[in-house]
Amino acid sequence: MYAYDEIDRTLVNERVSEFRDQVQRRLSGELTEDEFKMLRLQNGVYLQLHAYMFRVAIPYGTLASNQLRQLAHVARKYDRGYGHFTTRQNIQFNWIKLSDLPDALADLAEVGIHAMQTSGNNMRNVTSDQWAGVAPGEIEDPRIWSELIRQHTTLHPEFSFLPRKFKIAITASDHDRAAIKVHDIGLRLIKNEKGETGFEVLVGGGLGRTPFIGKTIKHFVHGRDLLSYIEAILRVYNQYGRRDNIYKARIKILVHELGIEKFSREVEEEWQHIRYSSLQIDNEVIEDIRSRFIYPAYEKLPHMPDELRQAAADPDFEAWRKNSVAAHKNPGYSIVTISLKPIGAPPGDATAEQMDALADLADKYSFGEIRVGHEQNLALPHVAKRDLPALWKALDKLGLATPNVNLITDIIACPGLDYCSLANARSIPIAQELTRRFANHELANLIGRLHINISGCINACGHHHVGHIGILGVEKNGEEVYQITIGGRADESAALGNLIGPGVKFDEVADVVEDIVEAYLALRERPEELFVDTVKRLGVEPFKERVYATR
Amino acid sequence: MTSPLQQKLKINGSSVVTANRTWDGVVVYRTAAKGWSVELTDAAIVRNSDEAKALLAEAVADDVGAIGPYIAPVQVDEAGKILPGNLREQIRRDGVTIDLPV
Repeated sequence: MYAYDEIDRTLVNERVSEFRDQVQRRLSGELTEDEFKMLRLQNGVYLQLHAYMFRVAIPYGTLASNQLRQLAHVARKYDRGYGHFTTRQNIQFNWIKLSDLPDALADLAEVGIHAMQTSGNNMRNVTSDQWAGVAPGEIEDPRIWSELIRQHTTLHPEFSFLPRKFKIAITASDHDRAAIKVHDIGLRLIKNEKGETGFEVLVGGGLGRTPFIGKTIKHFVHGRDLLSYIEAILRVYNQYGRRDNIYKARIKILVHELGIEKFSREVEEEWQHIRYSSLQIDNEVIEDIRSRFIYPAYEKLPHMPDELRQAAADPDFEAWRKNSVAAHKNPGYSIVTISLKPIGAPPGDATAEQMDALADLADKYSFGEIRVGHEQNLALPHVAKRDLPALWKALDKLGLATPNVNLITDIIACPGLDYCSLANARSIPIAQELTRRFANHELANLIGRLHINISGCINACGHHHVGHIGILGVEKNGEEVYQITIGGRADESAALGNLIGPGVKFDEVADVVEDIVEAYLALRERPEELFVDTVKRLGVEPFKERVYATR
Repeated sequence: MTSPLQQKLKINGSSVVTANRTWDGVVVYRTAAKGWSVELTDAAIVRNSDEAKALLAEAVADDVGAIGPYIAPVQVDEAGKILPGNLREQIRRDGVTIDLPV
């Protein structure tokens, strides 16, 4: 956990007072909606179909138990008793009243949570690997650097009025759990031959209307130069990024239009002006941030305790353990992913009661810490292996032990037309039907790792382009129509999926997915060949034939 | 952003003006009595672009009452009941099509 200092607390509290005044002036009519809109967006407040939506940042996906309890409190007191975890390590409340927002923000500020950088054309919440600091083989904790960027960019005037929103993600592991290749800037923490920390910098990734996989702009930027190099990229973007057309305003369009070589030269030139300035980071600064991260006092515990050995006789426990429990850098501990994808439920939603209970479980079993991943699941990052059976039983009682992590029912979905004012089609009911179709755990296990991503419009909040199976809802002649892509992926081998053919109607989507899965099971060379690898080997044609043969 | 009043209005059949109430964001409909109602059945019906423009102008002027007003299609059944004209408006009137978690 990161411990906020007095500067952070003052900033967050002052922000609440400022917003309280702005809301008051809006409600009295002193501010028009045109004047107020940007101010509310800078505090994470959107207007959706039925109500205001309040998006709260969970920087680099790390939450303390008291923070999760406070989110539960906000859900209960100001909303309808639940929250929705998003694909960018935020939580959204869907039913909040404008008049209640200052109080909700004040309550969150008590535990160091805020809504800055969750909306507007600024630098958004910096995201990272939800297993940061505990993943075996990780080079070092990427959250130190995420926090450095957060401190530098929060309310930075130069980054508050960018041509469009700007997203950064950081990973420090070989396996990319932060989807860095589909971010405006993706950072992969590496070491040079001298053992010094630095970053491979990728730029111009993104999804939405015009998807691109990020391109490497620099193979190694030393850690001390990270801020100046990011700032150089942002300056070039700020200068040349388009402000005349919202659909062409993201940095990915600029990188694409200039070409990575020219863009890179522009950045290099800018960088030389600012590289040796106050933006150069002393090791002391990094060490100060590092010192504010509090790591658990791990015990020396056995790799295979008796409790775990005995519980292994229970097939239900084993199904959950194999699916939800991952290796920890400390052999006596595990990382436990908590599926927020129960069969038939909206992906990513958690009730206030579940949040409270999870906070208690985090205190009991995970040193009071919870993580949020971009797959819309949560994790307990430090669970002693001896505690796994007891934790499983407790999660099961809460409806949070569905053993489907990374399986076909672990679906990423945006809120879609049920909530979102931008959406053209519903996402959640599609996800719910798919989870029911594949509810059988043996079948899901037989299929193996398969990610389905659903977006209710071209803005792609459900990251459909990088789903192994991607589903995009559009509106055609007043009806919901869904386009299906296959072969996308969001990890270190990120790729955009390919369309299999004409869109299908709402009622046909689950049938089409079943056809695709049946084709895969028939076509894969061996059970270990993942769906996405079969698609890579064979292309879309055999799947297309299967889907459209009878349609 | 283009003001709603500057946007071209294409009216195909019966329409209403809808928005979200400023203080709580709830869906509201402009009434003939120059106010807002949470009931679609209370909405003023417009049938051509001149009527729509006039109703929208009046709604836009009430910036404290509601935000983001726009023209939405509706259907009026034989009994005179006003029904949403598309899925989006149906969801706005009736709420989400899924069971809420609580």
